[in-house]
Amino acid sequence: MKKITGVMVYYYFVCKRKLWYFNNDVNMEHTSELVGMGKLIDESSYNREKKNILIDETINVDFLKDWKIIHEVKKSRKLDEAAKWQLKYYIWVLRNKEVKIEKGILDYPLLRKREEIFLTTSEEEELMEVLEQIQHIINKDLPPGVINKAFCKKCSYYELCYI
Amino acid sequence: MGETFYIFKDGDLKRKDNSIVITSLEGDKKNLKAEVADEIYLFGEVNLNTKLLNFISQKGIILHVFNYYGFYSGSYYPRETNISGYLLVQQVRNYDDEEKRLRIAKEILKASSYNIYRNLRYYNGRGINLEEQMKNIDSLIKKLDYGKSINELMGLEGNIRKIYYSTWNSIVKQDINFEKRVKRPPDNMINSLISFVNSLIYTTVLSEIYKTQLNPTISFLHEPGTKRFSLCLDIAEIFKPLIGERMIFSLLNKNQITEDDFDRESNFIYLKESGKRKILMEYDKRLEQTIAHKDLGRDVSYRYLIRLECYKLIKDIIGEKEYTGFKIWW
Repeated sequence: MKKITGVMVYYYFVCKRKLWYFNNDVNMEHTSELVGMGKLIDESSYNREKKNILIDETINVDFLKDWKIIHEVKKSRKLDEAAKWQLKYYIWVLRNKEVKIEKGILDYPLLRKREEIFLTTSEEEELMEVLEQIQHIINKDLPPGVINKAFCKKCSYYELCYI
Repeated sequence: MGETFYIFKDGDLKRKDNSIVITSLEGDKKNLKAEVADEIYLFGEVNLNTKLLNFISQKGIILHVFNYYGFYSGSYYPRETNISGYLLVQQVRNYDDEEKRLRIAKEILKASSYNIYRNLRYYNGRGINLEEQMKNIDSLIKKLDYGKSINELMGLEGNIRKIYYSTWNSIVKQDINFEKRVKRPPDNMINSLISFVNSLIYTTVLSEIYKTQLNPTISFLHEPGTKRFSLCLDIAEIFKPLIGERMIFSLLNKNQITEDDFDRESNFIYLKESGKRKILMEYDKRLEQTIAHKDLGRDVSYRYLIRLECYKLIKDIIGEKEYTGFKIWW
């Protein structure tokens, strides 16, 4: 079984094709200005916190408060469904390591907003299914097809998908 | 999109805090914006140190070095950060599969020859009669389809280029007296010009491949070589007619470049700095020129067309979509 990262869970909800490419290290992020901006936001916000904590060499948590609250920093709320599940996954992984996580918080420093995220038991089951699906997708020989969404135009994989 | 810097001055190239500074012998300083730089071309004699190399590696900037005569010496190619073991394995597998390799090689040559044909068609439409040569090239292109080996394809390509070069005396309005392509060393102005421009295209392709996960040493048309990044040669083949040769014709026909830009004593091997500058200005302008891409629905630069070629190869290599070479469509 391959280790699943938070980004993979995020991509599962954004675009399964991107997930497949990402898993095979065909990365496009370094060419994208938007991604560069996201990186800058990450670097320039919450500097008082201990940031980017790599756990188990798989998940990279933006920052943790007292090992009770997990924070994830995002630029916009466009893909908040995916961000929620990414955070729920972090909660699950840490709880499995017996860390008493209370909740997660999605931070939008540019919007000056935050949102609390909890992981319920029923959602935990849903999450297990998602993880299974992710394994299934990344084990395929070929990437899933282009999803043709409006947000494709802003994606760093746009040219690779549409050429 | 990153910027390219061309440095002619002799002097020191140094890291200064988080930027790169060139200090000429006279003491003028110029800041090369490291945050946005993608490539630096060195034509002058420049001192640099490992501190600079470490810094540009961190920023993913490629350094292309040219010698005194303007011949390409090599590139400082920073540690690869875009590595995909998976893609590398697939690339090798495709190279190793004779049928797949031949298919990709054919596509590359078909596209490149078609682009050559388009250049002739352009001048044919402007009062230079090239009908016969076009017909001959066209029939050779058709033969490419039936090529059974790389060698056979290379032979056909050689013939296409020979016919193509034979038209240059009539395309170019200057008295160039161009007999045939000679390299190492080039023997006249045109050969020198082709060599210089081809080396520019080679370096541009290398820089674009660097931004992808493709491995530049494993090629399909050319034999993977130890002395060159042969995948660059493959991809460059497609863009030489569009980016390089059109520019050569235009530079000569507008008399922007003449024999005076070469050192006569050197037997026209040595391109003077003024000449190199003029060519690079024009080259850079062409790379940034954009066209509306019909599949992508957005404007892309000539430079970016090269990257798109890499993406198409990636898709073929993983088995997602068969590669079709870039053909001029406008």
